[in-house]
Amino acid sequence: MNYAHAFADPALGRRLLLAIAREADKPRDYFLMEFCGGHTHALCKYGLPSLLPPNIHLVHGPGCPVCVLPAGRISQALELLSSSKVVLCSFGDMLRVPGSHGQSLLSARAQGADVRMVLGPMQALQLAQTLPEHEVVFFAIGFETTTPPTAQALRLAKQKGLKNFSILCNHVLTPPAMRGVLRAFGAAQGGLGLDAMLAPGHVSTVIGYKPFEEVAQAFGIPTCVSGFEPLDLLEAIYRLLCQLNRNEARLENGFARATTREGNPTAQQYMRETFVLRPNFEWRGLGNLPESALGIAPAYAAWDAQAKWQLPYKPVADNPRCCCAQVLLGQKKPPECTLFAKACTPASPMGACMLSPEGACSAYYAYVQEEPMAVLRVKKTEETP
Amino acid sequence: MKPLNWKEGHVEMSHGAGGRAMAQLIEAFIEAFDNPLLALQEDSATFEAPRGRMALSTDAFVVSPLFFPGGDIGKLAVCGTINDLAMAGARPLYLSASFILEEGFPLAQLRRVVDSMAHTAKEAGIKIVAGDTKVVERHKADGLFISTTGIGQVEAGLGLGATQPRPGDAVLLSGSLGEHGIALLSARELLGFEVDIGSDCACLHGLVKAMVDSGACLRFLRDATRGGLSAVLNELARASGLGVLIREADIVVSKPVASACALLGLEALEIANEGKLVAICAPEDALRLLGAMRAHPLGREASLIGHMKEGPKGQVEMQLAFGGRRVLNWPLGEQLPRIC
Repeated sequence: MNYAHAFADPALGRRLLLAIAREADKPRDYFLMEFCGGHTHALCKYGLPSLLPPNIHLVHGPGCPVCVLPAGRISQALELLSSSKVVLCSFGDMLRVPGSHGQSLLSARAQGADVRMVLGPMQALQLAQTLPEHEVVFFAIGFETTTPPTAQALRLAKQKGLKNFSILCNHVLTPPAMRGVLRAFGAAQGGLGLDAMLAPGHVSTVIGYKPFEEVAQAFGIPTCVSGFEPLDLLEAIYRLLCQLNRNEARLENGFARATTREGNPTAQQYMRETFVLRPNFEWRGLGNLPESALGIAPAYAAWDAQAKWQLPYKPVADNPRCCCAQVLLGQKKPPECTLFAKACTPASPMGACMLSPEGACSAYYAYVQEEPMAVLRVKKTEETP
Repeated sequence: MKPLNWKEGHVEMSHGAGGRAMAQLIEAFIEAFDNPLLALQEDSATFEAPRGRMALSTDAFVVSPLFFPGGDIGKLAVCGTINDLAMAGARPLYLSASFILEEGFPLAQLRRVVDSMAHTAKEAGIKIVAGDTKVVERHKADGLFISTTGIGQVEAGLGLGATQPRPGDAVLLSGSLGEHGIALLSARELLGFEVDIGSDCACLHGLVKAMVDSGACLRFLRDATRGGLSAVLNELARASGLGVLIREADIVVSKPVASACALLGLEALEIANEGKLVAICAPEDALRLLGAMRAHPLGREASLIGHMKEGPKGQVEMQLAFGGRRVLNWPLGEQLPRIC
């Protein structure tokens, strides 16, 4: 089977859309959050919002690792670059994120710092081996999907006794963020705002869908793990509507071809070996969330850039006109921000949601530009008892 | 003086110093490009000007790596400038080429590039009549940069330009998208997997001649290089003050390109091509033009992909194979650097 095409079959898509229309034919609205920025992009790219019945509202969640990283973390990386021996490596989209005073890693590079784009931590590790006179630091970001490669790089660095390699760790966790969003929506207090959740399929391939099952139970919210092709997304939406219409609230796995309840045990073992839970971590838009991010385990402290250079974390205030925080929480759609597509474009982003290819603002800018669907972000609070 | 060691020798500073070493190098270029105007070795090539409008275009080439599946910097430097002339509806006549060489650059590689340029120019029926070489110190360039300038004669009666299209005009695409960009990615070993894709690098003036000869009322031609089809259509929409609607189902993307894009999260419509063009013509001539394109080897996979409309002004929309419709915006994010 050609996975790139089979899950984008238009004929099957039409049948799913018909099934969705029948299921949504009720005098009510459905508010579904796609947590992951990759889902937001896939939805917009395939034009799905315009094909759905008007009473289905997609609320875009904060699942974009670049978007949720607060500016203070960029400033921390910039501080590292004040040492001339440091070669800082990260993913391409990370390099453009503005920190304090609008300075990004790319602008630091233009001023002479050694900042390099890599495809992953292993490439940074190889670089460290070829540059023994330098200190190579990998600026690690991402949810559980990018964490196992960082874990593996740490293990290899330890095995090889590589002393000039370290990790500036900013890995974050999906389930605590999902809980944070649901709390912000008051879902636990009687369902303000959100009816159901699409959970990220790729994260589930690593951690399994059990953690999302726990979120679904704790908040009584129907949840469906979904892949990233259009048929995946339509199937997940259909399943969630069925649950809502039958007053059910459980987890369904709509990505069975790639995920299991337990996930990838090897990846999890590597992560347990190399990381520890941080008691607290600041998220852009969500504030401080307990146990929502990973730090480097004491056994690997020699490869922890934050410990190695004793970098303190100082929060940096965001541009007050930028609505990234509300966009990340699904409380505003990108076009409702006064900066959207005017002062803030992908070429000159003011906020991370426009800058990151996974951000909701860049998805709207690339594929939609104008408001595609009725704006009814949050159900009126009067509706709840 | 010893002859140049084309097998194991390297470019030295003396090859750009104006002395006998430089003369040796230049003689090799003259021999390869083989035409009487260059052989005169005057400061300028002089020739009789044909009647009518002329087209002039220039382009610099810094592609990395210099050799990639389906081409090399030499072929690209000839095709790129020929294509720019062809997009003005011009018949390419003469090229000039200047080379910036880094000290230490292997002469064997230089030979390959020069031979490739000579071969491409010969096939295209264009003469390289003027040239220049400069050598810079090691680390002051990256091996080899080439700049070419071309001059051509515009076919009589053609008035091509981005302001010419009218609502209802047909939008045609000459073939499949994305091969050059993906071939470059694979040559740079950035993919982490192997793909069997060669660059589509080709001279398009023959195809353009067939299109002009078809008698179709052509209004606009543009080769879809950096930024791919998305960039061309957005430029067109902005310059013409019209809207463009295209159909995803009619756009050809080969399976290897589609798979590489799916894995890497790239958009085939935004990836660079070096041998594909977009044409706008009067709606009543669309099928005739399409037939002429498909009859040419470089247009076998040509398709009618959409039409110009009154509005929304400056906006490109795409009817999706899946059913919906979305905006096709300017390419997002970092372009892969040094693809041409």
